[in-house]
Amino acid sequence: MSSLVITLLTVVLCAGILISGLLAVMLNNMVSAVVSAGLASLFASVVYVVLAAPDVAMTEASIGSGLTTMIFLYAIRKTQKLESEDDE
Amino acid sequence: MIKRIFIFAMLALMAMIFFNLVANYTENTTLSKLGHYYADKGPQELGAPNLVTAVVVTYRGLDTLGEVTVLFISAAGVGLLLRRTRRNQDDDKGLEQGDRAEETAGVHKPASEIVETATELLLPMVVLFGVYVFMNGHLSPGGGFQGGAIIASGTMFLLLALPESHISRLMIAITESMSGFSYVVVGVLGVFLAGGFLDNRIMDLGTYGSLFSAGAIPLIYLFVGLKVGFELSAVLDRFRKEDTGPV
Repeated sequence: MSSLVITLLTVVLCAGILISGLLAVMLNNMVSAVVSAGLASLFASVVYVVLAAPDVAMTEASIGSGLTTMIFLYAIRKTQKLESEDDE
Repeated sequence: MIKRIFIFAMLALMAMIFFNLVANYTENTTLSKLGHYYADKGPQELGAPNLVTAVVVTYRGLDTLGEVTVLFISAAGVGLLLRRTRRNQDDDKGLEQGDRAEETAGVHKPASEIVETATELLLPMVVLFGVYVFMNGHLSPGGGFQGGAIIASGTMFLLLALPESHISRLMIAITESMSGFSYVVVGVLGVFLAGGFLDNRIMDLGTYGSLFSAGAIPLIYLFVGLKVGFELSAVLDRFRKEDTGPV
């Protein structure tokens, strides 16, 4: 019973990873793409918890969905500034 | 057209590789020989209830040192790249000063009161939790890298809520290099006092399961945690500084 629940949960979460990964590639808006890439990491970290790897899950949650997203957002803001300067 | 063919060829190749992996996959029902050794002997030999930590810090300690080095090099690379960009911007700042002043005003817009208050309330707890995670690395899930990343998330909060807050580069540099240095010193001490590089038995193993136990593991994780935390904070700070940089 509980193993069936775990399997179902894993499948749902992995579908979440796939969907948010696809969104990250396909979305045109850079900020939304970065946020959905972070979402993929968040789903992945929950999968790690479900599969009994809390050590990896902590790393994934804090670095994958927190810091990486933040750094990408900073980088986008910076490159957008450069791009608009190039246009002028 | 050729580009498309290349893309499809690459995809087919990837599919082949992954198909092989999936087709030959069978779930392990027993531990491998090495896994058995770690699971049987780890707790007695090293006194760490969290087996993952025992493997990461001692049996595979050299790999962890390598990871710390990789992180250090990437942080140094970010610092180098972003410093160069800023010098270029300073060169041409006379050209579009009005434009830039406007942008900077936008960047300096303070965060909302909710974010600010919540950060003031939560920041000490986030940092404390990071310290807890790496000091309890040998007892509970987590360790130096995780704790360091949590501390860096605290820095991220700070930078989001109070964009003008100042983080001392000198303090970051000193803490980071001192903890990296001490980490290697503890590792080398293992060669002389115990079984080899990064052996944790240079200190008393202590009571199994208590905070000050498992030999040098808490000490090593203290250094790794501080190093990772300050390094990631420095990366965030450099990315931020560039945005609000002196104009």
